[in-house]
Amino acid sequence: MLELGLIVRALLRHKMAALIIALQIALTLTVLVNAVFMIQDRQASMQRDTGVNETDTFYLTSRVFAPGYHYHSEIPKDLDLLRHTPGIIDAVYINSVPLSGYGSYQRLQLQPGKDQDSLLAGNYLSDDHVINTLELELIAGKNFQPEDVLIRDISSAKMPANIIVSRAMAAQLYPENWQQALGSTVYVDENVPLKITGIVKTLQGAWHFWDQVETTIITPVISLSDSGIYLIRTEPGRRDELMPKVEALLAHSNKNRIIRSVTTLQDTRDESYREHNATNKILLLVVLTLVLVTAFGIVGLATFGINRRTRQIGTRRALGATKGQIMRYFMVENSLITLLGIILGAIGAVALNIYLVETFAMTPVTPDLVLYGAISVFLLGQLAVLYPARKAALISPATATRMV
Amino acid sequence: MFFYYLRLARISILRHWGLSLLMVTAIALGIGAAMTTVTVNYLMSADPIPNKSHRLHTIQLDNWDENKPFKEGLEPPSFLTYRDAKNLLSAKKAYRQTMHTAAKAVIEPLDEQGLPLYVTVRANTRDFFTMFETPFVYGAPWQREVDSNNDLVVVLSEKINERLFAGENPVGKSIKINGEFYKVVGVLANWQPKPRFYHVDKIKAFDDSEDIFVPFTAITEEKINFDDNSYCWGPSTDTWQDYLNSECVWVHFWVEFDNPAEKQHYRDFLDGYVQQQRLYGRFKRPDDNRINTLDEWFQVQEVVNKDNNMLMAMAFLFLGVCLLNTIGLLLAKFLGKSAEIGLRQALGASKSTLFYQYMVESACIGVIGGLLGLVFAYLGLEGIELLYGEKMKALVALDTNLVIFAVLLSIVATVLAGLYPTWRACNIAPANQLKSQ
Repeated sequence: MLELGLIVRALLRHKMAALIIALQIALTLTVLVNAVFMIQDRQASMQRDTGVNETDTFYLTSRVFAPGYHYHSEIPKDLDLLRHTPGIIDAVYINSVPLSGYGSYQRLQLQPGKDQDSLLAGNYLSDDHVINTLELELIAGKNFQPEDVLIRDISSAKMPANIIVSRAMAAQLYPENWQQALGSTVYVDENVPLKITGIVKTLQGAWHFWDQVETTIITPVISLSDSGIYLIRTEPGRRDELMPKVEALLAHSNKNRIIRSVTTLQDTRDESYREHNATNKILLLVVLTLVLVTAFGIVGLATFGINRRTRQIGTRRALGATKGQIMRYFMVENSLITLLGIILGAIGAVALNIYLVETFAMTPVTPDLVLYGAISVFLLGQLAVLYPARKAALISPATATRMV
Repeated sequence: MFFYYLRLARISILRHWGLSLLMVTAIALGIGAAMTTVTVNYLMSADPIPNKSHRLHTIQLDNWDENKPFKEGLEPPSFLTYRDAKNLLSAKKAYRQTMHTAAKAVIEPLDEQGLPLYVTVRANTRDFFTMFETPFVYGAPWQREVDSNNDLVVVLSEKINERLFAGENPVGKSIKINGEFYKVVGVLANWQPKPRFYHVDKIKAFDDSEDIFVPFTAITEEKINFDDNSYCWGPSTDTWQDYLNSECVWVHFWVEFDNPAEKQHYRDFLDGYVQQQRLYGRFKRPDDNRINTLDEWFQVQEVVNKDNNMLMAMAFLFLGVCLLNTIGLLLAKFLGKSAEIGLRQALGASKSTLFYQYMVESACIGVIGGLLGLVFAYLGLEGIELLYGEKMKALVALDTNLVIFAVLLSIVATVLAGLYPTWRACNIAPANQLKSQ
């Protein structure tokens, strides 16, 4: 690197042009690192498991409009019909569906009484078939028994004796050892006791943007209301074929209601993460265009720089500089500018991240991402300058004398 | 001279067409990205009822648990309990006031062949229609007495009137819900405020307005079941009557003030009301009565998605990169012309005429970039509609203000970007350049 001093001195004579590219690179790195980070962040939350068999499951809403509907007898009749339909593995009457954006929650506390610390949990109300229907993995304790199930009116807040919780819930109740949760008692409404009789591995709640999405409980309750959800799991591969059939079956079995919103769990997931997905695609597009704009900017500026220095390059060639040396000159020049840009950009990336963390409550960016970003931007600069540098190297020594 | 410079600019732009294309595309991409995000934000936070938004206010009271705030250190509950809403309504301390909530129902067929029709419902009191200026095609809001005498009346949306009565005047006819007959008193014209300001939250801010409107008493009398978020604390409730008397919050309460002084009076009234309720052992938390303007309420409910703000920040940084790109390229281009500039200076061109000439050239690039940027913004908005779906449909239109803003933004940006390169080019010593010729 004998020319290093030479290159620096030449650069200093055109410091504005160099500074502008450096700034452009800095800003590119700033946006790149933060955009990629945000994409990763969203991707990670989208990939979380709901704990439920999403492929073979669908649900529908049954809304009753006729007065004097006998919920107590009609709901078991519906369930019986569904559970005996060929192709259906199991079905439940439930208050909510994971990620649907519609559900209920409970406040649990370990000690009874006022002024006690409490935890929030998404709450599923269903019966003893819920574990089988959702295909949840029971990792401790046992499933509900039919006699555990409480049937109550919509306005009633009466509670059953037992509940099943997700492992994340158990871990929040007993941070030292989640297994302690099994058999222990928690309280709702300050002093109504509930015994934890089972723990499932994963079960997400209704709101994906809620930080308590992993902490859920299942209470064995059938809450009678004029609008209820039937959730149905079919044999693998038979979901789409059964959806219209089940819709018609329920609609015809009882004309005092409307069967609506027949939806798969997959569609619910897609709908729920639609904004995340859209934002990610937009960010990705921004990153790609940004990289292209910057790369073309470098190409354009380098080309012009070389055109301006044609005679100088010709002279160097005439004095014995090899093609390789000419190329190296421009690549070293570019790497000096890029390095300056990277230093500024790394500072900018962290600063923007701090701003985003404070304004939009995001998690801080990891240092390795800044490092990878810096390496990519450096390579981008070298790649962009390759073509102009090669063109410079092809300038023949004769140019030096011809161009006066 | 301007047109002469315009011609020179054309020649110069065409001669270095590759470079010019690069600059124009970069500016266009930057403007396109910035305009797309600005449009979405601008339309999301647009004032849906500009002539009276300063008079409409929502009320928040803190009736929450003494020991556990509704939201840690932040906000009192977003809605009121039924009993508070009813008390405030009957106190009549504001010029106009309304309580409302969302519900769902099925309209039953009146004859054998008819099919039941599932509808979304708003249950509200009379002033809702006057406060929010809902336009009527037929009929009018129900009489004020209806809010207290439990009459079953209904206002239909145009869409539902089309379905039920083929768009003809239905006033005086009846529809059947839950086995009871509701007399139609009016039909609204297509009324779809965006955001749906009377009921906004993170998810529902851009939903359509309801299919039918019924008196709030239909809910309290259990004729129609409410279907909205409800937040509760404290003692469990068993019957509907218990629920109405409970500390559960689910009722939206809005007031309209006739003049600004009324707001202060209302504040005093609310403070007095909370004091008085404390005698019944309620409101054990410190006073936190809020009277939100529409704008404040949208902030509380996070109507403008955080993602959009963040995307807008990113888009402007992106525009910054594109402009730096343009500065660099213009600098290279103008410095490449130093020989020509030196010659013209030697022939007597003043610095200011040269400056003028190159600024015209920069502005030309800005205008072309801006126009192309509008095309990109249009494509961007189409893309957003595609990605976000139905919900954003109302939010992806470019209006004249935005078009003017886009073109101005790109001209100002490019002229600013052209300033330094032009200044540098015009400060070349003519002697040096002539020597090198």
